[in-house]
Amino acid sequence: MTYIQKPINHHPNLKKNKLGLTRRDYEGAVSSLCAGCGHDSISAAIIDACFELNIEAYKVAKLSGIGCSSKAPAYFLNDSHGFNSVHGRMPSIATGASCANDDLLYIGVSGDGDSASIGMGQFVHAIRRQVDMTYIVENNGTYGLTKGQFSATNDKDSPNKYGEENPFPPVDLAALGIQLGASYVARSFSGDRDQLVPLIMGAFQHKGFALLDIISPCVTFNNHDASTKSYDHIREHNDALGKVDFVPLGREITANYEEGETVEVNLHDGSKMSLEKLDSSYDPTDANLALNTVREKNDEGKVATGLLYIDTKAPDLYETLNAIDKPLNTLNEKELCPGSDKLKTINQGLN
Amino acid sequence: MEKLQTFDSLVSKNDFVIKFANVNGSGSASANQLFAKAVFRMGIPVSPKNIFPSNIQGLPTWFEIRINKDGYLGSKGSVDLSVAMNPQSYNQDVEELNSGGYLLYDSSWKRNFYRDDINVIEIPLTSLCVESFTNAKQRALFKNIAYVGALSVLLDMEYEIFEELISEQFASKKNLIEPNLKALNIGRDYVLNNLSYPIGLTLERMGKNDGKILISGNEAAGLGAVYGGATICAWYPITPSTSLAEGFEKYAKKFRVDEKTGKNLYASVQAEDELSAIGMAIGANWNGARSFTATSGPGISLMSEFLGLAYFAEVPVVVFDVQRGGPSTGMPTKTQQSDILACAYASHGDTKHVMLLPEDPKECFEFSAMAFDLADRLQTPVFVVTDLDMGMNDWVVDELKWDDSRKFDRGKVLDFEALEKMEEKFGRYHDVDGDGICYRTYPGAHPSKGAYFTRGTSHDEYARYSEDGEINATNLRRLVQKFKTASELVPDPEIILSDKKNCSGVIYYGSTSAAMLEARDMLKEEGIELDLMRVKAFPFNLDVWDFIEKHDYVYVVEQNRDSQMRTLLMAEGGISAEKLRSLVWFNGQPIEANFIAKKIREREPEKI
Repeated sequence: MTYIQKPINHHPNLKKNKLGLTRRDYEGAVSSLCAGCGHDSISAAIIDACFELNIEAYKVAKLSGIGCSSKAPAYFLNDSHGFNSVHGRMPSIATGASCANDDLLYIGVSGDGDSASIGMGQFVHAIRRQVDMTYIVENNGTYGLTKGQFSATNDKDSPNKYGEENPFPPVDLAALGIQLGASYVARSFSGDRDQLVPLIMGAFQHKGFALLDIISPCVTFNNHDASTKSYDHIREHNDALGKVDFVPLGREITANYEEGETVEVNLHDGSKMSLEKLDSSYDPTDANLALNTVREKNDEGKVATGLLYIDTKAPDLYETLNAIDKPLNTLNEKELCPGSDKLKTINQGLN
Repeated sequence: MEKLQTFDSLVSKNDFVIKFANVNGSGSASANQLFAKAVFRMGIPVSPKNIFPSNIQGLPTWFEIRINKDGYLGSKGSVDLSVAMNPQSYNQDVEELNSGGYLLYDSSWKRNFYRDDINVIEIPLTSLCVESFTNAKQRALFKNIAYVGALSVLLDMEYEIFEELISEQFASKKNLIEPNLKALNIGRDYVLNNLSYPIGLTLERMGKNDGKILISGNEAAGLGAVYGGATICAWYPITPSTSLAEGFEKYAKKFRVDEKTGKNLYASVQAEDELSAIGMAIGANWNGARSFTATSGPGISLMSEFLGLAYFAEVPVVVFDVQRGGPSTGMPTKTQQSDILACAYASHGDTKHVMLLPEDPKECFEFSAMAFDLADRLQTPVFVVTDLDMGMNDWVVDELKWDDSRKFDRGKVLDFEALEKMEEKFGRYHDVDGDGICYRTYPGAHPSKGAYFTRGTSHDEYARYSEDGEINATNLRRLVQKFKTASELVPDPEIILSDKKNCSGVIYYGSTSAAMLEARDMLKEEGIELDLMRVKAFPFNLDVWDFIEKHDYVYVVEQNRDSQMRTLLMAEGGISAEKLRSLVWFNGQPIEANFIAKKIREREPEKI
């Protein structure tokens, strides 16, 4: 994690969003990840999504665990608070933080080691509880920082850099997410910005747990010819379930599609996810279909990407807890402390 | 009791110990509590202690009630009256009864007991309940109420109090009042018609419980968290801490629901494990909400990694550790003070944590509320270290008090206005005031100022990652400075000096108080006088060192094997091993005055 700040000079005619900010205003420190790391492309996509959505950076909290992926939050949104916690424990930090203040946008960035191994328990339970957050897994199938050990998402028989084959089958985090009831589940590829940016935008606007399982090749340890998480392999085997577009509130869909070719899903804030279906039978609101499709594509040796599943009706944790609309972290003594008279009554009940 | 008696029966008014021996899960606890409450209502000092197994149903369980007119309410370690309702434990129950004591048993199945120096009271409780109730569940359950009824006559208690308590208890289930009273009278009538009463042990109304309440430490601590402004409770079930989270929820449901919307001004989340529980509490505190978790020893072990993060990243969090018997899973339903070092130094690397050590449920309430102020002020984990004895048992304590002029101390937080005025660059770990405590900001406070990156990696004053050894060393030294500041903010020790000069000192803490004060009085009678210091918190302040300095040697009385407090005093104050005399008790039962007195007596020959 570097703290080298990027130069502030930039082209005077950079495009500005509605807040008058340029894309550069959403950047973070200079990345210390390897040149070509998929994670940097994801950071760039997050920056794009924030820029496009006119997000105020200070209303975002960036959370992560430990690993290469977990360094990434330092490389976007300088004006947001960040919390780089301990290995595999970001989901609990996010859960507590979102209970304290439901008004912020929580972006959790994790990796396959962080989520599918050490943090599996917390990952699963944050989904079960439907914490209102965007949970990004930067999935490269390997432990980069400790120099190339297999992670739990590495495919069976896919070898490491040294030619040893992985004896164990992978954990499919997206399939797991659907099964556990995550209300927004997408899979994408760090090298496919056209698909990735709208998926991130949709996740940000979604209320509930939005899981993005993003294949993000590790150029140093898991990008060799035999790896199933390499740039080349993913490009060749990427099977997009549809062309995804994010339609912000107030913008009409202009392209003309034949009926039955698109699915539109209204998000919480009035914006929409529009899915141009390549496979006309796919319906991302059907969890069983989503699960089956992911598995079938996997059996065919393909990686199903796109918006796999969405449910805009599921109540999030804050709603389930029936907590007041005003953030809990803004309440004061008067609102919180019952005072001495009430204590007298309590005393009377205990004697 | 008609045969010729060859021994002296115990005779005592308002000063004896009753032990109920029951089968776990048979509904006896509520009957035993009813009895204890009746003694309390008669204005007599009483301390009920549940001695229970880690089991849902079937194993032996005991409920010991000490009644003491002088107010000594620590465990006494001997039994005057045994209510033996469990044939599995007859041998043990008979064995530990004092000579001249009384054994009440269910004589539906008659038997002989081998001791000839005790009074055996036979009441066919099962037969009586089978005759009076038709429902199998009621027959079993009301046997317990029936022996309470029998005791009320045998001990010459006020019947009206029982009527009153039963009506109160079932105020919302009125149909249960009548059968309970019926069961009570089954026991009463049997004694009135068949036995001689009262026995030598009797209870007579006193006025000693005016201004007192009967409450468990866990309930009091949960209530303290409500008063202290906690909004988020994240917890994982573990004996003996579970009822603390439940206590918080109970009172939050009462006082923290918005009348208009029906929505909660709190959140309680049962986590998937202790790691997650502390993570949630840290996440919430980082985001500016007061939050806590409650656990016991095994949970502290699991939380250790996160505790190091909160220490190093300087995030407030309150952790209640209701200690039980260790190590490992240990004795989950027994009491000890064996997490002192685990809490004080929780987590890898150089870490130290603030601990508050309440002595009873009243201080559980007070220290609980105080812990949130201290955590916010010091931006670090604050442990409230209690134990099973005070956590799960109802203790007689003074009524709880709250000062309405009290304000929450949220510590050094820069809000929007403060950040707006700020001209220099905000440095999260910049020690502006020189007390080791820096200013923090909540996420979302200001559009362009105050954002920083919280991390467990080494960092500079601006929270930026740094591998510069000097920068890290400076930061670690500042945390020592902060800990020094903490020693000035935590409660002072309670020092009770003897009138006599040059006597030995004693250090104790937590639930040991009751037994310690009784032992002090016992020894004083014998001419051994002691200066006492009750440590209420860690880090230790100057008063603690001063007390040790002024004594040739000091006993450190505690409920663990390894003299953990003594170790902590030696490590933190450089006190020599010879000066601190270890006096330990760790069998899982609450420490007893007799034991403390005996151990000190053995080593104080020159003082007699």
